[in-house]
Amino acid sequence: MATLQTRATARIMMSPAVILLFLWMIVPLVMTLYFSFLRYNLLMPGTEEYVGFLNYRYFLTDPAFFTALGNTLLLVGGTLLITVIGGILLAIVLDQPFWGQGIVRLLVIAPFFVMPTVSALVWKNMLMHPVNGLFAWIARTFGFAPVDWFAQVPLFSIILIVAWQWLPFATLILLTALQSLDGEQIEAAEMDGAGPLSRFIYLVLPHLSRAITVVILIQTIFLLSVFAEILVTTNGGPGLQTTNIAYLIYSQALLQFDVGGASAGGIVAVILANIVAFFLIRLIGKNLER
Amino acid sequence: MARSVTTQRKLIFTIIGWSIGFLIFFPILWTFLTSFKTEGTAVATPPQFLFFDWTLENYHEVQSRSDYGKHVMNSIVISVGSTLLGLALAIPAAWAMAFSPTKRTKDILMWMLSTKMMPSVGVLVPLYLIFRDWGLLDSRLGLVAVLTMINLPIIVWMLYTYFKEIPGEILEAARMDGASLMKEIIYVLTPMAVPGIASTMLLNIILAWNEAFWTLNLTAANAAPLTAFIASYSSPEGLFWAKLSAASTMAIAPILIMGWFSQKQLVRGLTFGAVK
Repeated sequence: MATLQTRATARIMMSPAVILLFLWMIVPLVMTLYFSFLRYNLLMPGTEEYVGFLNYRYFLTDPAFFTALGNTLLLVGGTLLITVIGGILLAIVLDQPFWGQGIVRLLVIAPFFVMPTVSALVWKNMLMHPVNGLFAWIARTFGFAPVDWFAQVPLFSIILIVAWQWLPFATLILLTALQSLDGEQIEAAEMDGAGPLSRFIYLVLPHLSRAITVVILIQTIFLLSVFAEILVTTNGGPGLQTTNIAYLIYSQALLQFDVGGASAGGIVAVILANIVAFFLIRLIGKNLER
Repeated sequence: MARSVTTQRKLIFTIIGWSIGFLIFFPILWTFLTSFKTEGTAVATPPQFLFFDWTLENYHEVQSRSDYGKHVMNSIVISVGSTLLGLALAIPAAWAMAFSPTKRTKDILMWMLSTKMMPSVGVLVPLYLIFRDWGLLDSRLGLVAVLTMINLPIIVWMLYTYFKEIPGEILEAARMDGASLMKEIIYVLTPMAVPGIASTMLLNIILAWNEAFWTLNLTAANAAPLTAFIASYSSPEGLFWAKLSAASTMAIAPILIMGWFSQKQLVRGLTFGAVK
C-alpha cells in the first residue's frame, strides 16, 4: 500500500518536468518535419503547398550544403584535435606538483566562462587584426609579414577561437580522470624501468581513454552547432568559407525567409546530431549501470 | 640529492605551468587592460601593456551611450529566472528518480539527455514562428521559457547524481522515529540536498548567462542580454576596442568569478556524471 502510494507520488513529482520536456521536444520537431514538406516562404504568404521531398532535394543537392558540411566537419575535427591533444598535455602538466598550481588551474579554465560573442570579438579585433592586432605586432617584431587571419585563413581562425574556448573543458575533464590514476601503479612501472614515454602510452593513455571518449562526444554535440562565433566574426564568409550547417540553416530561415528549405536542413542537422548522440547515450548509459 | 632533483623538477614545472597559464589567460587579461585605455592607446603600435594613462572613461561611455544597465538586467533576469524555474521543475523529478526509482527511471533519464542532443537549428524555424505569433519575440519571458527547457535535462541530471549520494538509510531511520513526510523533507533531506542544489544552480546560471544561440536569434533591442548586446559590436563599432573591452569585461567578470567557485562541480555537471 505504502509503496503504491509512494510510486504514485513519484509519478506526480516527475510529471511536470517530463511532460514539458516532451512537448518542448516533440512540438517543434513535428512542425519542422511538417514545414520541410511545404513550399513555404515568409515573403510570399498564402502560397504554401505540399511539395514532397523537393526541399530535401534542393537542400541536399545545393553545393552550399556540401561546402557547409565540409566546413562543419573541419570545424569539429580541427577543434577536437587541438583540444584533445592540448588537453592531455595540459592535464599532465597541471597534475605535477608545482608552486601556484591552484592559481594556474584557475587561469587555464577561465576561457570556458567567457561568452562566445565576447571571445570571438576580442580575438577577431584585438588579437587577429591584420594591422593593429597583437599577433600582427608579434609577427612584425620577428620580421614576418602579419597574417590577415580572417581573409587568408577564415575557417582556421574560427577553429582557433573555438578551440581556445573548449580547451579548458577538455583539460578539466582529463585532469579529473588523471587524478584518479593509481600512483602506486606508476611507481611500480617506474621501478621496473619503464621510461616516461612508455609509462604514458601503456598506463596513462589507457586510463584516460574513457575520459577522452566523453570529451570527444560531448564536444562534438556542442561543436556541431557552433553559431555565435561565426555570426559575429565572418557572417559565414568570405563566400561560404566559414558557413557551417547551423549557419546555413539560419541564413536560409531568417535571412532568406525560406521556411520550407530551412526546415529540411534542420531535419538533416537533427539526423547528423543523432548519429553522434546515439554513441554518447550508450556510453553514459553503460556508466549509469555501475 | 633526491630532494634537490625534486625541487629542480618542481621549478621546471612551475615555469612551464605558469607560462601556459599566462598564455591561455592572456586574451582575457588583454581585454581587461584595454578597457582602461583610451581608444588611441588601445590601437597603438607597439601595444601598451601596463604603462599607459589608466582611465575609467570607457565604462562611463558604455553605460551612457547604450543603456548597458538594461542589458545587464536582462542577463540577470533571464539566467536567474530560467535557473529557478528549472530547479522548481527538476527538484521534484530528480528527487522521485533518486529515492523511488522504478524500472523506467533509467530510460527517462536517458531520454531527457537525448533531448539535449537535438541541435537548436533543428527547431529554430518553428520556435521563431511560434514566438512571432504569440508576441514573444524580444521578450524576457520567452527567453526564460526557452532557456529553462534547454537546461532542464542538465539540471535534472546533476540533481539526480547529487541526490543519489544521500544515503537512503537516513530516511528510513527518520521514518522509524515517526517523522512525517513533511518533517522528513524539511529536517533531514533539505540540509543534505542544499549543497548539490546550490552547485547545480551556479552551473546553470553560468550556462544560461553565456547561451548565445537563442539569445541572438530571438531578441532585438528590448530583451537582449549581454551576449546579444556585445554582438552589436561586430558592426564597425568593433573598431572601438576600448569600449568593446569595457563592455566585455563587465559582461564576463561576474560569471568568471562564479565559474572559478564552481570548478569542482563543472566536470560532473557537464559530463552528466560520466566523469567525477
